[in-house]
Amino acid sequence: MKPNRLTLRSLLLPVLLSLVFSNVQAQTAEEKGLAIAKERKARDRGWGDTQADMSMILRTAHGQETERKMRVKSLEVMEDGDKGLTIFDQPRDVKGTAFLNFSHPLEPDDQWMYLPALKRVKRIASRNKSGPFMGSEFAFEDMSSFEVEKYRYRYLRDETLDGQTMFVVEHVPVDKYSGYSKMVAWVDQAHYRPFKIEYYDRKGDLLKVLTMYDYRQYLDKYWRPQRAEMYNEQTGKSTEMITHNMTFRTGLSDSDFDKNSLKRAR
Amino acid sequence: MQQSWSEHSLRAPWRTIIIWLLIIAGAAAGAQQLYFRGDYKVYFEDDNPQRLAYENMQAQFSKNDTANIIIAPPTDNVFTQRTLTLVHEMTEAAWQTPYSSRVDAITNYQHTYAEEDDLVVEDLVYRPDMLDDDAIREVRRVALSEPSLVNRLVSDEGNVAMIAITVNMPDGENIHKLGAAVNEVSNHVLALSKTFQEKYPDHRFYQTGVVFMNHAFDVEAQGDARTLVPGMFLAIIVILWILLRSILATLATLLVIVTTIASTLGLAGWMGYFMSTATVNVPTLVMTLAVADCVHLIASMLFYMREGNSKQQALSQAIAVNRMPVFITSATTAIGFLTLNFSDVPVLVDLGNLTALGVMIACALSLSLLPAMLRVLPITVRPRQQDANADWTERLGDWVIARHKRILPLSVLVVGVAVWASLQNQVNDIPTDYFDARTAFRQSTDFQSEHLSGMSTMDFALYTGEESGINHPDVLARVEAFGDWLQSQPEVDHVVSITDVFKRLNKNMHGDDPAYYRLPEEQELAAQYLLLYEMSLPYGLDINNQVNLDKSATRVMVTLQNLGSREFTAFEQRALDWVADNAPGLRVTSGSPSVMFAHIGETNMRSMLRGTLLALVLISLLLVVALRSWRLGLISLLPNLLPAALGFGLWALWSGQINMGLSVVLSMSLGIIVDDTVHFLSKYAHAKRDGKDTAQSVHYAFRSVGRALWITTLVLTVGFGVLSLSSFALNSDMGMLTATIMVCALIVDFIFLPTFLLRFDRAEQQKGSLHET
Repeated sequence: MKPNRLTLRSLLLPVLLSLVFSNVQAQTAEEKGLAIAKERKARDRGWGDTQADMSMILRTAHGQETERKMRVKSLEVMEDGDKGLTIFDQPRDVKGTAFLNFSHPLEPDDQWMYLPALKRVKRIASRNKSGPFMGSEFAFEDMSSFEVEKYRYRYLRDETLDGQTMFVVEHVPVDKYSGYSKMVAWVDQAHYRPFKIEYYDRKGDLLKVLTMYDYRQYLDKYWRPQRAEMYNEQTGKSTEMITHNMTFRTGLSDSDFDKNSLKRAR
Repeated sequence: MQQSWSEHSLRAPWRTIIIWLLIIAGAAAGAQQLYFRGDYKVYFEDDNPQRLAYENMQAQFSKNDTANIIIAPPTDNVFTQRTLTLVHEMTEAAWQTPYSSRVDAITNYQHTYAEEDDLVVEDLVYRPDMLDDDAIREVRRVALSEPSLVNRLVSDEGNVAMIAITVNMPDGENIHKLGAAVNEVSNHVLALSKTFQEKYPDHRFYQTGVVFMNHAFDVEAQGDARTLVPGMFLAIIVILWILLRSILATLATLLVIVTTIASTLGLAGWMGYFMSTATVNVPTLVMTLAVADCVHLIASMLFYMREGNSKQQALSQAIAVNRMPVFITSATTAIGFLTLNFSDVPVLVDLGNLTALGVMIACALSLSLLPAMLRVLPITVRPRQQDANADWTERLGDWVIARHKRILPLSVLVVGVAVWASLQNQVNDIPTDYFDARTAFRQSTDFQSEHLSGMSTMDFALYTGEESGINHPDVLARVEAFGDWLQSQPEVDHVVSITDVFKRLNKNMHGDDPAYYRLPEEQELAAQYLLLYEMSLPYGLDINNQVNLDKSATRVMVTLQNLGSREFTAFEQRALDWVADNAPGLRVTSGSPSVMFAHIGETNMRSMLRGTLLALVLISLLLVVALRSWRLGLISLLPNLLPAALGFGLWALWSGQINMGLSVVLSMSLGIIVDDTVHFLSKYAHAKRDGKDTAQSVHYAFRSVGRALWITTLVLTVGFGVLSLSSFALNSDMGMLTATIMVCALIVDFIFLPTFLLRFDRAEQQKGSLHET
């Protein structure tokens, strides 16, 4: 199934389908889900690299809050997961700590961390990426790049969310170390941007809901939400992630994402 | 109004019956609104200070109520491939438990170690099928040297392992769902245990933890409802049949009892009450108390019929004679139960209010519905035949009158000893001991205590007051010292402290050099370790249960032996004092379900003493009015108070432990035993008013109410005795002590009160005339 056909679908869906396919029903929910995922990935291809400042506001069920700040550099990697470098600025006692991650769709990520207080780079050998990121409601796996191979898909239905027509697609993680049994994503049919993702825990109960706000388009092509909120349905805690000053194609290369670059990152 | 009711019921019995049945049906329909809560929080007010402290702590960190599965392998060694495989499989499966948020066991313990400059973070047992002897030895070495595991998830000898399933139970506005959630979790864990029991038949499985304590509350309450209520019915039918020797009269009484219970529960439903471990016994109590009203009325009617009166005449006379005493005794009983409103335990307040409601309904029904039914039922009696020899109570009366000079000093001595003994009782609540050895929960907690640890917990939250404050070396040093101090206390089985994580990470970061198994010396280092560690943990095994959102506070979690509330609160105070003395910069709070139970007994006892005092004043005033005599009202204080003194005195010899269920016995029993006094003294005063002397009046009192008194005492004793068969101590102790007090009340009324009257009420002829009954 080719992605471009999906683009047309939203315009000429009934006519095209009846013309092109002799048996419309042959496209299973799984095939359709996969097609949507591929199109989503295809539309975001070629962004190159980005840099952004991020704030995370952590809130308890009772409204107490605390803020974390970091800078994030990302490098697009074709045929593999992306590379990411996170430099922590706040709280003060972790300032300068830098975290490098090479994500891989099916194998454990490669991860290194530079601890300025120890003046050492440590490689983290762990299959886990489902724990809370800096005590927030985000797990590292929620923030790593979207790769088609990470999930098995099932198209569920179309639904209107905030006036936009969305595909509702179920994602089942392939990695057995994922913290989730499944996710359900609402992807808009116009631009294939996720607006809402429900995360279900291992016993199949709704655990968290991620909602994206204020999508902004960069380079006339790439959409990024300026604000995202993860709400934990089971504990009532939430984390708001705010993106400031995102810039694209800043000239980063592989050499900015290696062990040596960690110590330099300030 | 009373009078018109009763008279109307005799003039138009069918109409009375039909109207009542309609009213009752309307009331009873409310029973559909009743729901059941079997959780422990029903014992605590929403604003109970210990409950607030605990819930605040859970909001700051994460909820840490657990359901535990203890696994005992046949070889007394969990470090075998087979048992580790079991623990591994079961831990994986336990993630499916409803409401679960984390599962901890030795197999998924996040083992960290250094490999050159790598920090490896992985499950201690990753692939149990790949374990060879060396690997098992390594697992054993790591597990038995890790402070967070030993004596909690594995015994120090390695012969027992535990899986702790942390659950996120509904609370706040969803608290009414807690009971159902407890059942769901417990049933899931029990089913899981059963599955693994079948797969590993040589292993034994035990379930403990707060969730299972809740479950046990629920099971015991339902068990009480299932066995005690029918048992009570049976006992009452037998007693009534023997005493009244009339099937129809027995049936009429049963109908009054059933309709009383139905309307009480129905009205409870309409008013938004729920059923709980305490209120589940309302039917038994109401039944017991309703029987007494009916017995008095029917016994009088049968008495007058045997005297040769027609049924209608006998019934009218029976109503005339009993209307006031039945009303007064019901009112005093209701007052006694209503003073349970002083209790700090919400479900005991409910128990008091519902029973008081039931008692007043019983009073109304036994003065209207019962006469109406007796009117239409073809009841006949054989003319008097047994009157030839007087009832044993009458002969007892004569014996007491004859020997009162010798009995009085003896009575005073007995009473003195009893009062002294009753003061030897101590308030003490041990929640795990609420359940007797027959219950699965108790067997499990006993097994846990014997092989692993107690089931009691106490959590301490230490607040630094500043963001990232817990990373500070001074704070860490004090937290560590507190942990060490806790660990050295004889009551303590296990301590979870974040400082153990810091020490382990510091070692890992220095190539696993044991010399670095110590706290990091700079705040930045500590903070960065924690950041690194947090990022490498899997879902559910994070440190949010030990560190709060902005890392300004940490929670130290202690497992203790299952102590009594006195030792428990003493330990708590010692720990709080330690922090105040040794870490003055840290604010500390303590909390846990065990802490809540440890405090409630004492708080409740204090409140109930106030309630009892009020009940005593109100009831005595009521008696003064009813007996129309200050003098007799004052005298009545003795027979009203002594039974409780005797009962609690005997209790001191028997057990000496007062749990929160017993703290309400005093005011509750007061309202009931007053009935005996009312009946006895009113007859006594009646005789005196007729010009009889004290001895003659005492004799008259014995003759006219002696039989009714011992019959009602028998019924009450059996009723509360049935309650004492509960395997749930809050109910069984309450039943046993109240039954004891009932018997004591009869002894006091039959022996002490007459001798007292004979000694002190002879000087002058009582002028106060008795209320016309």
